[in-house]
Amino acid sequence: MKNIFTASLLTVGLAMPALAQDSGGRLDIVVQPEPPSLMLGLVQNGPTQLVAGDIYESLLRYDTDLNPQPSLAKSWEVSDDALTYTFKLHEDVTWHDGEPFTAEDVVFSVDKFLREKHARLRVSLEHVESITAPDDHTVVFKLKNPFGPFIGVFEAGTMPMVPKHIYEGTDYADNPANNTPIGTGPFKFEAWEKGNYIHLVKNEDYYLDGQPYLDEVYYRVIPDAASRAVAFENGEVDVLPGGSVENWDVKRLTEMDNVCSTGKGWEYFAPHAMAWMNNREGPTSNKLFRKAVMYAMDREFVKDVIWNGFGTVATSPVSSKTNFYTDDTIKYDTNPEKAKELLAEMGYDGTPVRILPLPYGETWQRWAEAMKQNLEEVGINVEVVATDVAGWNQKQAEWDFDIAFTYLYQYGDPALGVARSYLSSNIAKGSPWNNVAGYENPEVDEMFAEAAVAPTSEARQEIYTEIQQQLVDDVPVAWLLEIEFPTIYRCEVKDLVTTAIGVNDGLRDAWIEQ
Amino acid sequence: MTIAVAILVRAAKAAITLLLIVILNFFLIHAAPGDPAMVMAGEAGAADEQFIQQLREQFGLDQPLYVQFWNYVSGVLQLDLGYSYRQQMPVLDLILDRLPATLLLTLTAFGMSLLLGIIFGLAAAARQGRWGDTAITSMALLFYATPLFWVALMAVVLFSVYLGWFPAFGYGSVGAGLSGFDLLLDRLRHLFLPALTLGLFFMAVYLRMTRSSVLEVSQMDFVKTARSKGLAEGTIRRRHILRNALLPVVTLAGLQAGQLVGGAVLTETVFAWPGIGRLMFESLTARDYNTLLGVFLVSAAMVIVFNIITDIVYRLIDPRI
Repeated sequence: MKNIFTASLLTVGLAMPALAQDSGGRLDIVVQPEPPSLMLGLVQNGPTQLVAGDIYESLLRYDTDLNPQPSLAKSWEVSDDALTYTFKLHEDVTWHDGEPFTAEDVVFSVDKFLREKHARLRVSLEHVESITAPDDHTVVFKLKNPFGPFIGVFEAGTMPMVPKHIYEGTDYADNPANNTPIGTGPFKFEAWEKGNYIHLVKNEDYYLDGQPYLDEVYYRVIPDAASRAVAFENGEVDVLPGGSVENWDVKRLTEMDNVCSTGKGWEYFAPHAMAWMNNREGPTSNKLFRKAVMYAMDREFVKDVIWNGFGTVATSPVSSKTNFYTDDTIKYDTNPEKAKELLAEMGYDGTPVRILPLPYGETWQRWAEAMKQNLEEVGINVEVVATDVAGWNQKQAEWDFDIAFTYLYQYGDPALGVARSYLSSNIAKGSPWNNVAGYENPEVDEMFAEAAVAPTSEARQEIYTEIQQQLVDDVPVAWLLEIEFPTIYRCEVKDLVTTAIGVNDGLRDAWIEQ
Repeated sequence: MTIAVAILVRAAKAAITLLLIVILNFFLIHAAPGDPAMVMAGEAGAADEQFIQQLREQFGLDQPLYVQFWNYVSGVLQLDLGYSYRQQMPVLDLILDRLPATLLLTLTAFGMSLLLGIIFGLAAAARQGRWGDTAITSMALLFYATPLFWVALMAVVLFSVYLGWFPAFGYGSVGAGLSGFDLLLDRLRHLFLPALTLGLFFMAVYLRMTRSSVLEVSQMDFVKTARSKGLAEGTIRRRHILRNALLPVVTLAGLQAGQLVGGAVLTETVFAWPGIGRLMFESLTARDYNTLLGVFLVSAAMVIVFNIITDIVYRLIDPRI
């Protein structure tokens, strides 16, 4: 039997209860920090994805349970051998400059543009044999081998469609069109006052009838966290996307009248906070020491006090929001005595360890201080190293740390967002996003390789369970917290967060109750 | 020496100074850990060797440092400040884009602080030792000693959150479609709090300096002479005391004026004012070398220009110099 997913009006109707959406209105949303560029095919940092997710689209979207939903593709089909993915595209889609969007654009975007420029997609494309366009509205991806996570890579930030007629044959990075992005999305780029705001307006020719509902959107650049909170209090902005205010302001803001908040809309990313522990040298190269660190930390305290109760203590390299998570692993509850025993067993000689905090604001600084205190309580000597963002990236990429805070996105599937941090083939200086800790375990390498291409979900689950058990026992890194970034907004804004990437692509369906 | 020759000599010295500043800045910035490619890779949340290599090639960072240095310096000599790959814009455009906002803020604060500082300083000196003097100098001490960001936050809490008189931040009402007088009024309302915050500190400095300088000059022999030859007190104050007393104030104002273009990082950040100071700070954290060097260069040039202007103003106030 074929797996057929077809979007009908019925399913769309079910996904969004039959409320009459009001048209019109303007939304002011905080964007922090100011994105360097809005060309989503070239730049994929958080702020760029937030703004450009309204301008660019991909073939699919994902609901908050990570099930694929139609976007530029109205239906799709996966063959029985899981090697052929066929997408039927919407027929009346145009680019913002009026040119028609066709299957040729898809082939160009993926096979040419993104294969050259998109580091994260490139890894998945290694499993792809060919991408073809049999007709204007059909695209066929043929894989070399079954690749379980493949259905999850058609997200806007992972595989944004870029216009072939603008980019073909040009130097993509230097194309002047990068400053006036042209996509197929529900909103068009209108103006960008650097340091002030980005203005998007409704795409009147959008292919979904009556959508988008909003007339215009202003993304406001407000560099100071306290000013962002005041901006929301004053009614100057309507939406604070996750992470735009400091944690201690969240409670005060959400208790205001007519203010709603949601922790949803991050399932695709499932930000997983962890601390790299240098597996190559120093005390952290000893597994007993790393276990002692796990027992020494009071992660519940961090969650309750530093993160104001938001998030979930991480128990595994895989987030509980990501597919194939298991809780059947050993647990590291806070136990200073056990930590001291482990340190005695390894014969810890008091060598100080350097902690590298994440330079992303006060919350992370406090977190490093909390860890320092926990480790000192069990007799570990600690030194906290101060850096800025550039230095933090550099020190990780050059392996110049003992313990380094970071958080990584999981992209819905362990093969996309988890394996990269533990594969020994992914140990290389020069990037902060590979196996930075330097963990090497041939068994784990092999299991990850098998799990990625295993034919069924059941088979994959079995292997990923085993991987998680092995990793949690080896503790190559200290897993800290499944971070939750609440989105705060005025209650009259409806249907803002309906997908696994939340506000990033949420404005297609969002509307303001009049 | 005539003024023209003096200016020419100063200009020649200035050019050499600027060149040295460019060289020094270039190597200082490149000595900081990380580079723009690493920062962008870090922000992307995923990166491989190829991605970072592509960025370095695009930015010209794959070339040896001396080649990069030569490219930059030869560009600057042709008045080309380079290209910001991060912002996808020529650096000069980027700076000119931000300059009006910065000048509006800093010049307003500068003018306000100078004017009020001198007026209050004179007033305090005229009431030396009496309660008026005490009140004014206490106020000056308060503004002088309070950290700028705290003043900023308190001003927001008072004028914006509680009283609702002035907007808490921003360069204008976004998307309000204002024009003419409404636009001007809107801009002034947005300007009030940041200019006040920035101006108070310097007002206190000018005030204290004016007061002590006036008191000092008032004791001098030539003032006694003027008084003994029967000149009216007003004339003495205006023509003899004030003129001489203002010299140190002008020196200080000249120093401050040089920094006007560099912007005010703290004030611009708290009030989301899209000026040069923020551009500089953001370029620093992003290691956007060309932009950072450009801002430094323009600010350094302005310091020099204002120093020359200060010298000229000296001559006008006091022809003996």
